Amino acid sequence: MSLQTAIPGTVTTEPEMAADLNEDTVSLAVENMHCGGCMRTVEGALSALPGVSNARANLSAKRVGVRYDPLRCGVDDLVGALSGAGFKASPMQSGGEKEAGTSDRDYLRCVAVAGFAAANIMLLSVSVWSGAGGDMDAATQDFFHRLSALIALPAVAYAGRPFFRSAFDALKARRLNMDVPISLAVILATGMSFFQMLKGSDQVYFDAAVTLLFFLLVGRWLDQRLRTRAQGEAQNLLSLQSGLATAISADGSHRRVPAHMLEPGERILVAIGERVPADGIVLSGNGEVDQGLITGESAPAAISKGDAVYAGTLNLSTPFTLSVTAAADMTLLSEISRLMANAEQGRAAYRRLADRAAQIYAPAVHILGAATFAGWLILGAGWETALTHAIAVLIVTCPCALALAVPAVQIAAASRLFREGIILKTADALERLAEADWVVFDKTGTLTLGRPMLLNADEIPDDILAAASALGAASTHPYSKAVVEAAKNRLGTVRIAGDVTEMPGEGLARKTAEGEERLGSPGWCGAREDMSASLWYRAPTGESVGFQFSEALRPDASETVQQLKGLGLGVSLLSGDREGAVKAMAEETGIGDWKGKVNPADKIADLKRRSREHKVLMVGDGLNDAPALAAAHISISPASAADITQRAADFVFQGEKLASVVEAIKVASRAHSLALQNFAIALTYNAVFVPLAMAGYVTPLLAAIAMSTSSILVTVNAVRLSGLGRQEAP
Amino acid sequence: MTALAWLIPVALFLGLLGLAGFLWSLRSGQFDDLEGAAWRALEDEDEPD
Repeated sequence: MSLQTAIPGTVTTEPEMAADLNEDTVSLAVENMHCGGCMRTVEGALSALPGVSNARANLSAKRVGVRYDPLRCGVDDLVGALSGAGFKASPMQSGGEKEAGTSDRDYLRCVAVAGFAAANIMLLSVSVWSGAGGDMDAATQDFFHRLSALIALPAVAYAGRPFFRSAFDALKARRLNMDVPISLAVILATGMSFFQMLKGSDQVYFDAAVTLLFFLLVGRWLDQRLRTRAQGEAQNLLSLQSGLATAISADGSHRRVPAHMLEPGERILVAIGERVPADGIVLSGNGEVDQGLITGESAPAAISKGDAVYAGTLNLSTPFTLSVTAAADMTLLSEISRLMANAEQGRAAYRRLADRAAQIYAPAVHILGAATFAGWLILGAGWETALTHAIAVLIVTCPCALALAVPAVQIAAASRLFREGIILKTADALERLAEADWVVFDKTGTLTLGRPMLLNADEIPDDILAAASALGAASTHPYSKAVVEAAKNRLGTVRIAGDVTEMPGEGLARKTAEGEERLGSPGWCGAREDMSASLWYRAPTGESVGFQFSEALRPDASETVQQLKGLGLGVSLLSGDREGAVKAMAEETGIGDWKGKVNPADKIADLKRRSREHKVLMVGDGLNDAPALAAAHISISPASAADITQRAADFVFQGEKLASVVEAIKVASRAHSLALQNFAIALTYNAVFVPLAMAGYVTPLLAAIAMSTSSILVTVNAVRLSGLGRQEAP
Repeated sequence: MTALAWLIPVALFLGLLGLAGFLWSLRSGQFDDLEGAAWRALEDEDEPD
C-alpha cells in the first residue's frame, strides 16, 4: 500500500502505473448478504473487476474488504459491480471513533488465559482435596499448591486487567462500581493464598480466585460482543444510507463520490428515482419530489430553481442539479439536530439494570466482607482466619448473576431479533423497550408504506386502466407505479407502451394515430378543476379520467395495533400530515387517540406530556420524527427511514411488516423477566451461602462448586429465551 | 511419585500449547467471521488469491 491517497470514486484516465505498489483498501457495507452463496457472488463480482487484487467478505459483519488499485478502478466501480450482482453496498464511513476501553478480542484473550489457568488449577486442587486426609503427604500437597501459584499469579495479573483498570478508574473518581469488590476479592484471595502457601497452610484459594475471574470474564465478553455488534450494525446502516452521489466537476464531467464526502458549494446531479444525497439549492430543473421522509406529507411537492431540498428527498420526475449547502447552515436540519441534542440529554441519564443493581450490591458486599473480618477479630480469631473468612464472603457474593446472566439473556434476545431483521442499535435498548407501556406511531412511512394506492380503481373502465398503465410503466413516479400495480391486480399483465416522452413537471405523453394520449397533472390533461383526483389520463379523443389515491397501509398495520392493545399498551397516532388523512388512517387501524398537523417541536411536547405518566415507545420514519424518536423513552424506525432518523432510533426493522414492533416488545419483555429471574436465583444463592461463609463454614471446594453451579444455572435460564421464541413463531 | 515429576510438566506444556494455538488463531483473524467460515468450508473451488 502506498501513502499516496487517491480521491475515492475518481475515475482517472491516467496511464497505468506499477499496479502492486499503489493499492488502496476499502471496506464496504453490503446489505442483504445472507449465506455462503451471497458471499461468493460478492467476492466473485469484485474480483472480476480490473484493478481489484483481493476481495474478502465477512458474513458476520456484513462487510467486504477490497484491495484495489485506485488508478484502475474507483469505489463507485466496486459499488456498481455489487449492485449489478444484486447487492446494495456502500463504503464504510470512517468515523475514526475507535471506542476506548477493552475490545471484545482483548476480552476473549483474557477469557482464554483465565480458562486455561482455571482448568489446570482445578485439576491440581481436586487432587489435593481427594488426597487430603488420605495418602497424599504434606510435601506433595505443598508442591501442588506452589504449582497452582505458578499458574495463578501470571494468569490473574493478565486476565484481571479489565477489572483492575475499571476499578482503579472508579476509585480515582471517588465512586464504587461492581469491579471494586471483584478486584478486591481476586487480589485479596490471590495474595492471601500466596501468603498461606509460603507458610505451608492448606487455606489456599487460587482455584476460587481464578474460576471467579473466568466466569466474570465470560460475562463481560458476551456483553462487549453485543455492544460491538450493535455498533457495527449501526455503522453499516449509516454507510448504506449515505450511498453515492453524482458530483459535477468544474469541467462538466461527472464522477461518483460517497455522499458523506460532499463539500458545500459542490454541484451534484440527482437522477430520477434517486434520493437527494445532501441538502442543497436547486440550480436547474423543474420537477416533483417526494418529501415524505422529511415532512411526513404524503403528496409530492413541486420544486424549481432556487428551492431548497433536503437530504432524503426522493426525486420523482426529472433530473435536477443542486448546489450543496453546509448542513450547519440549513435551517431545517440544524433545527432538527438541535431538537435532537436537547431531547437526548434525558436519555443519557438512563441507568442499566445491572448498574442499578450494582449500586445497591457493591456497598453491601463491602460491608458484609468488612463485618466478617471485624466479627472474627472481635471473637478472638487470628487476623489470618478473619481475613480468610472475609475473602470467602467476597468470593461467594461475587455477582456472577450480574456479570454473566444479564449479558447472556441480552445476547440471546438480540440474536433472535437480528435473525428476524430487527437491528439493535444501542446496548441498553432491550431494557428500555421492556418498560414501554405506550406506543406512539407516525403515519406516513410507518403505519403506511409511504407510497400511494389507487383508490377509485373500481370506477375506472378496463380499457382506460390498461392504456394509463401502459404509459405509467415508463415512469418511476409513485402515482404511475400505483396505477400499474392496480392494473396488474385487475388485468393480470401490463402492456408497456413504446416512445413515451416525459414532460418534466407535467407527466407522460405518447403520440398515437388518433392523437396524443397523456397521463399527468390535471391542468396538462385538460381536466376540470377537481381537487379529489391528483392524476389524470387524457385519451387521444380528448376525454379525460381522474385517478384518486390514498396511502397504502402496511399489510398488518391494523392487526399490529390490535396486538399491541392486547398486550396492554396504549396506542396513539401523531402525524405531520393533514387532519383528514390522519383521521381516516386512525379509523382504519382502530387508533382512538390521534392528532394531525403536528410539527416536530409539538411532537416532542406531546411526548414529554405523555412521559410524565408513561414510558413511551415512538415508532417513526421521517426526518420530522427524528427529534421525537430521540425524546421518547425508546424508539423504533423502519429501515426505509431517513438517515438521521435511523441514527436517532434504538431499533431499526427491515421489511414491510409492522409486526416487527410487536415481536421486539415481546422479546424485550421476555428478556426482562428472565433477567429478573436470574437476579432471584443469585439472591437465593447468596442468602444460603453468605451466612455460611460469614460463619466460616465455606471451604474453597464448596465456594468453587457453589459458584460454578449458580453461574451455569443462570446461563441455562438465559438460553431458554431462544427456545421459547421458536415455539411461539408461527 | 516420580511419575508426577514429568507428567505434570508434560500436561502443563500440552495445555500451554493449546492456549498458544488459540491465541494465534485469534490473532490471525480466524474468529472474525464465524458465520462466513462455516460456509467457506462447503466451497469446492480454491480461493482466488
